[in-house]
Amino acid sequence: MAIKSVIEAVREAIREEMARDPKVFVLGEDVGIRGGVFLATQGLAEEFGNERIIDAPLAEASIMGIALGAAFQGMRPIPEVQFSDFVWPSINQLIGEAARTCYGTNGALPVPMVIRMPYGGGIRGGLFHSQNVETHFFHTPGLKVVAPCTPYDAKGLLKSAIRDNNPVVFLEHKKTYRLVRGEVPDEEYTLPIGKADVKRVGSNITLVSYGLTLHYCLEAAEVLAGEGVDVEVVDLRTLTPLDTETILDSVKKTGKLAIVHEDNVTGGVGAEIAALAADQAFEYLDGPVIRICGPDVPTMPFAQTLEDAYMPTADKIADGLRKLAAY
Amino acid sequence: MSVTIELPHVGESVVEGTIGKWLKKPGDTIKRYEPLVEIITDKVTMEVPSPVEGSVVRLLAEEGETLPMGAPIAEVATADSPEGAEPETAPIEMETAAPDSPGTTGQLLRDVTPVGPTGGAVVENLEPAGTSAAAPAPRPAPAAPVPSAAPAAPVAPSGQTRLSPAVRRLAQEHSVDVSRIQGTGLGGRITRDDVLKFVASGAASAPAAAPAPARQLQGETSADGQETYITVTPVRRMIAEAMVRSVTEIPSAWSTVEVDVSGLVALRASVRGEFEQKQGGSLTFLPFIMKAVVEALKEVPTMNAAWGGDKIIVKHNVNLGLAVAAPDGLIVPVLHNADHFSIAGLAAGASDLAERARTKKLTLTDVQGGTFTLNNTGALGSYMSGPIINYPEAGIMTFETIQKRAVVIPAESGDAIAIRSMMNICLSFDHRINDGAEASGFLSAVKNKLQNMAPGMSIY
Repeated sequence: MAIKSVIEAVREAIREEMARDPKVFVLGEDVGIRGGVFLATQGLAEEFGNERIIDAPLAEASIMGIALGAAFQGMRPIPEVQFSDFVWPSINQLIGEAARTCYGTNGALPVPMVIRMPYGGGIRGGLFHSQNVETHFFHTPGLKVVAPCTPYDAKGLLKSAIRDNNPVVFLEHKKTYRLVRGEVPDEEYTLPIGKADVKRVGSNITLVSYGLTLHYCLEAAEVLAGEGVDVEVVDLRTLTPLDTETILDSVKKTGKLAIVHEDNVTGGVGAEIAALAADQAFEYLDGPVIRICGPDVPTMPFAQTLEDAYMPTADKIADGLRKLAAY
Repeated sequence: MSVTIELPHVGESVVEGTIGKWLKKPGDTIKRYEPLVEIITDKVTMEVPSPVEGSVVRLLAEEGETLPMGAPIAEVATADSPEGAEPETAPIEMETAAPDSPGTTGQLLRDVTPVGPTGGAVVENLEPAGTSAAAPAPRPAPAAPVPSAAPAAPVAPSGQTRLSPAVRRLAQEHSVDVSRIQGTGLGGRITRDDVLKFVASGAASAPAAAPAPARQLQGETSADGQETYITVTPVRRMIAEAMVRSVTEIPSAWSTVEVDVSGLVALRASVRGEFEQKQGGSLTFLPFIMKAVVEALKEVPTMNAAWGGDKIIVKHNVNLGLAVAAPDGLIVPVLHNADHFSIAGLAAGASDLAERARTKKLTLTDVQGGTFTLNNTGALGSYMSGPIINYPEAGIMTFETIQKRAVVIPAESGDAIAIRSMMNICLSFDHRINDGAEASGFLSAVKNKLQNMAPGMSIY
């Protein structure tokens, strides 16, 4: 198998699906001639033409509305939000319409579109290029939310998302684009949406995360292994639908649960998983459920020191795990 | 002016109280209603608030000292008088000054009923003529101060911290007594792995008779090192006095019968899962036996009574006392109007009382007004026991360990031997009130009700 980066895996998935299905097209700011600001669509305009790789004006509401209308007509659009920070003008099209149309028409009008968004911080992007937006979509029934952290998962899940008949918010942590590399099969494959992946097997603590912080979790787990604590790391990969079975199986096995995400702690994905464990694994819990997450500040700070203070790191995660292990 | 604080009347027939711990010392300022002292009565520790605002001038009683209600215990200089001014023994402003009402602690307590020192109902003209005029027993010397009497110790002793849900579940699944496990978690907490290791070590299946960890003796050692003198705590002294009073005043007799509880065992097993899921907490045999006792007391009302010298006082309410081993010693919280409860209700009521007894959160009401007492001696592994009546009640019943035994079942086709779950119930009763016939009638009634319990019976 070839070693690839996340951005290469994303590009491959789009290319393969566009070649497989003529209904698939890409729409977004700078996606065509520029090939995307992160080069996710590099070379695709030359290969498929400007009618299928469409450069859009700086108007997210229009991008999302056009994609939605095309999906109603049976197309499979892939609108790209250049940075997830820019998604807010299109929230009505996304949450108000796309998430509800299939349900509201009793299944007559499915919305087969994939909204790709680079998200997340730790890249000195400051207030408008670092936001974590997943909780808003996680809270909204009718959307699927996928957040892979490896090239293998990104490619397999993006292909599945494109083939899915529901609107899928596909979150790509921008710091993983070139920082994370991994094996990707040469042959065709897809991965099921809604299935978490146990990235490290352990017996003492269940550590749940997704996206960039999943890698920090793996680092922290290695450190703890040297201290005699065996941590199981669960990569959610998909936030909606949540793989409750994998989470609960792991919590029942270890008896202790820690959740890590970069998004703000309050009301986040971690809160839901904590509630799930309290509700359905109560009698197995042998310690408090802890969350190591971004603090409740309005947005990612720009100053390096403050951004460092905001971001969950392997050190912060290891500290939390030590306390939980000792409890 | 300076006000003398008296030991408040907390129930009209509670005659004395012990100073548990002073919460203020001379010189301290105190606000109205701010706790001044902890007093111990009827095995309940309660805080007494100051009825006035001012500064404490003098404490008139030592910690551990037992005083009659109404005795002066402290002087407080109020704001409008210089400290140390000539004290006036002016009547204290009580919120509830009526003679039949609780004193300053009335706010803490509800439904205070007349009580005796052991929590039983007090009987007027109790003693036979001639002895009633006897001088009150001399007041015992003050017990040593009891530093541990404060109920709100901020740090739970090691090993008594809360159990996590996982530990509770595992302990139940493996029938493990967690008090035998040495915790390795934070602050000595027992972890899930501690339980699993304990089970794996085989210690859990060791005979129940395995010696419990020896209680640490706290006391002074004699000069030759051969004896230890343990200070008698106020609670211990009250238990002792109640026991002496019962055995010296009540001519008690004792009887026991054997009960086939196979149906009850099956009934409990059939409803236990649903109950525990619905109500939480575990469903023990206690509420079933409480139900049988309550119904039997209705059939034999003179067992729910007290000796009144020239009359027998039959109580209409069934207030069932439950003997509970609390950290400081035996305590008998009372489930009032136990005849109004279903088995599920009895379970909830008993478990609430037991929990509060163990955590020292009982109110005075909880230990007052008992009319009959039930004691689960079987939980301690006992096969038969001779309980001492909780004065001035008419009787006390124990129920003993349930054992599977081979018993002969008479049948028309010939006697057969069967394995049945058998349990003894034992009764001590006041022979002034009842004779053997009534006592046996009561035991038979309990027995019949228990033997009629079988799967299909509703516990709600």
